[in-house]
Amino acid sequence: MKAFALLFPGALFAVGLLLSGMYDPAKVLAFLDVAGGAWDPSLAFVMVGAIGTFAVLNQLVHRRARPLLEGTLPGPKGSGGVDAQLVLGAALFGVGWGLAGVCPGPALTDLGSGRVEILAYVGAMLVGMVVAQRVFGADAPAKPQAAPAPAAPGA
Amino acid sequence: MNWDAFTPWSALAGGVLIGAATGIALLLNGKIAGISGVVARVFRPAPGDAAWRAWFIVGMVATGALAFAFVPRVGQGFQAAGGPLLFAVAGLLVGVGTRVGGGCTSGHGVCGISRGSTRGVAGTLIFMAAAMLTVYVQRHLLGASS
Repeated sequence: MKAFALLFPGALFAVGLLLSGMYDPAKVLAFLDVAGGAWDPSLAFVMVGAIGTFAVLNQLVHRRARPLLEGTLPGPKGSGGVDAQLVLGAALFGVGWGLAGVCPGPALTDLGSGRVEILAYVGAMLVGMVVAQRVFGADAPAKPQAAPAPAAPGA
Repeated sequence: MNWDAFTPWSALAGGVLIGAATGIALLLNGKIAGISGVVARVFRPAPGDAAWRAWFIVGMVATGALAFAFVPRVGQGFQAAGGPLLFAVAGLLVGVGTRVGGGCTSGHGVCGISRGSTRGVAGTLIFMAAAMLTVYVQRHLLGASS
């Protein structure tokens, strides 16, 4: 059961969110509130730590021909260009993130709080994901990022 | 700036753990562990691609549940600004937005920027700006809870 091993990075991800304080919606909002006079820049340090660490590990893992357990490695560099869907989707996500101070990782980590706010958030998030898949055709399965970047329409 | 709330070292250490977690997922099965994608593709998995997602999610949810149950600081440190309706609206926007845009804080922000992805950098700049603008409008123009 190789898939079971992914329990470990999932757990570690949650420990990172808990330790950093990013699981707390109020702390996230204190970072996003740059004009509030009580700005808390901690979240920038979370991002720097995570980006720096993954950048190194990504290089190290790509010295291997294939992953440890199964599957294939993606390219070492991200691909694809900016298109209207990216702009629209990221903007919608940002508004949702700013409203509650919760993004998907902390939402999963906070489920165990049993708070009705988090249950409402996760339930609605799952509905939103399925709607995006049905209406916008997001996450079409078995389509690796091989397609050439479409010409970005004027945004 | 709020120096009392500023926690650079625990934030940096937590970030390192998050980066390590995504790196380990890449090492184990070659997956980019952006959380919105991990969750959403459970509903539309490629063949044989659902089980690891489920276990990754179980790891996150169970760890959070254990922390809330046994670490008093965690429960005390959790503060929701807004009620269930606001959170539901936020969740819906996040669900649609992350899948139309193809990533969230971890996929675009952590993994995308680390991999030098143009989409990751652009997506992160856009959702950061949109989130900061939303907080500004909500707190300083509409005067909601501060």
